[in-house]
Amino acid sequence: MRHRSSSLIFSSMVILLWCGLALFGSFLNLSPDQIKLEQILTPPSYHEWFGYDDLGRSISDRLITGAKTSFFVSVWVVLLSSIVGTIIGIIAAWRGGWLDLIIVRIIDIFLAFPGILLAIALAGILGPGINNIIIALTVVGWVGFARLARAQTLSIKNREHIQAAQALGTTTRRTLLRHVLPLIMAPLIIEATFGIASVVIAEAGLSFLGLGIQPPTASWGTMIRDGTRYMLVAPHMVIAPGLALCLVVLSVNMLGDKLRDKMDIKES
Amino acid sequence: MIRFLLIRLGSALVVTTGVVCIVFFLLHLIPGDPVEVMLGESAQPADREALRHELGLDQPVLKQFQTYLSDLTHLDLGKSLHSKRQITAILFERLPYTFMLAITALLFAILIAFPLGLLSAIRKESLIDRSAMGFAMLGVSIPNFWMGPILILIFSLWLGWFPVSGSDGFSSIILPALTLGTALAAILSRMVRSAVLEVLNEDFIRTARAKGMTEWRVILKHALGNATLPIITVLGLQLGALLGGAVITETIFAWPGIGQLTIEAIQQRDYPVVQACVLVISLTYVLVNTMTDMAYGWLDPRVRLSE
Repeated sequence: MRHRSSSLIFSSMVILLWCGLALFGSFLNLSPDQIKLEQILTPPSYHEWFGYDDLGRSISDRLITGAKTSFFVSVWVVLLSSIVGTIIGIIAAWRGGWLDLIIVRIIDIFLAFPGILLAIALAGILGPGINNIIIALTVVGWVGFARLARAQTLSIKNREHIQAAQALGTTTRRTLLRHVLPLIMAPLIIEATFGIASVVIAEAGLSFLGLGIQPPTASWGTMIRDGTRYMLVAPHMVIAPGLALCLVVLSVNMLGDKLRDKMDIKES
Repeated sequence: MIRFLLIRLGSALVVTTGVVCIVFFLLHLIPGDPVEVMLGESAQPADREALRHELGLDQPVLKQFQTYLSDLTHLDLGKSLHSKRQITAILFERLPYTFMLAITALLFAILIAFPLGLLSAIRKESLIDRSAMGFAMLGVSIPNFWMGPILILIFSLWLGWFPVSGSDGFSSIILPALTLGTALAAILSRMVRSAVLEVLNEDFIRTARAKGMTEWRVILKHALGNATLPIITVLGLQLGALLGGAVITETIFAWPGIGQLTIEAIQQRDYPVVQACVLVISLTYVLVNTMTDMAYGWLDPRVRLSE
């Protein structure tokens, strides 16, 4: 039992640190773009924990700026895709009939594009930049929420209290918002938690491929990409951003697992 | 059975049509004038018109779609803007590499996941179980575009065991396959564990033990045998992640498959090739999924009867 709670504490701390640095990092007086020629490729030391990159920029400052990039992209993408997906899913299940049939088919079609392939193609075609990344990942991301919201709504649609609300003349919008949505929230929140982890990876992945955040803005993905060119002389350039990325993703996934365990217990 | 197959084929057909439509419209999502984007701003007007005509962009959209579909039925995907070669020919060169990589990664994943998941299930809550599930957690959290470079750093640059990149012989496939297969191994070992745990509670396991079967036979024959079916379906679905991940993995290791081709084509603004790659990868995925679905229905009558 102690083992469980310590991993929860660990992941919450990493997540808090990530959010904190993303939200308040700009107060730290960072200089992620400042070039110090004499420091090029300097390895980590007591004064500069993560060393300097190929242009002589402080890696720790760039890590913090990168945290901000990944945080904002993932929050936006998950927010947008969960709202869009949930609305579409609930409507499909509630209305049923041909509308449901069409929506299910559309969901199937989007699921036919493996992994982040569609996001890669979209980002490649729309061109790089933070807005296009958010668009590309939302286009891919809404599907999971829609499928989940639809399945959940279908399973509770015929419960007595919802039929009672309808019979009492409650408007459909009110029924959906006040009676259906709260009941299907728990699995959607878990999906959103895992969604954050996968968007953090996807953003870094697109940036790694050169399709995402453009230099000089720092992203963990571009930092890894730049680092691969200097791996033999300066491995810290690859290791530092990768560790940051893994820590955040691991912590978010662990939190998601814990949430899922907790909510499953309640259901049974 | 025939009814089940027809329903599956029908929905595969709908999905295929949808994928084709989306891929067709990708070209129309290019901001501004696609011809200008592909040729650059300095292109001569005559060249632009020639390309516009070649891609059929001077036709109405509906007519373009018709031509696209009819070309597709003849396996004609057009020409690459960069190398001027037939895209179908390029794809046939690249596809074997991607399949080879995907299958090797799949084998890696299965070889790691089955023993790991089985051990964790048998010794539930033990140290083995906890470390195996810790590995699984780590495996899904390490992105392949970091794992790849780190493997190169350790095994190619420091130890010199494997080549850094390329596709020369067997040793060059090890690192890319490990990179691609780790996440799948992680997901799969969790799945094997829970599937075996579920089966271990069944009555027939108790019966097998009661009639004096050795524990190993009970586990390998009765538990694993019955747990394999649900694992196979999920394996089909996970193959999608594998194909998608191949795009990044191939780019890291300069593995000359269709994933690397996709990224090259995006960088060269060779959009017909991008379209073709996305189409082929997705349709492969649809095909594999439909086949797993059918196999599942064939192996387990409960599935097809519930339709």
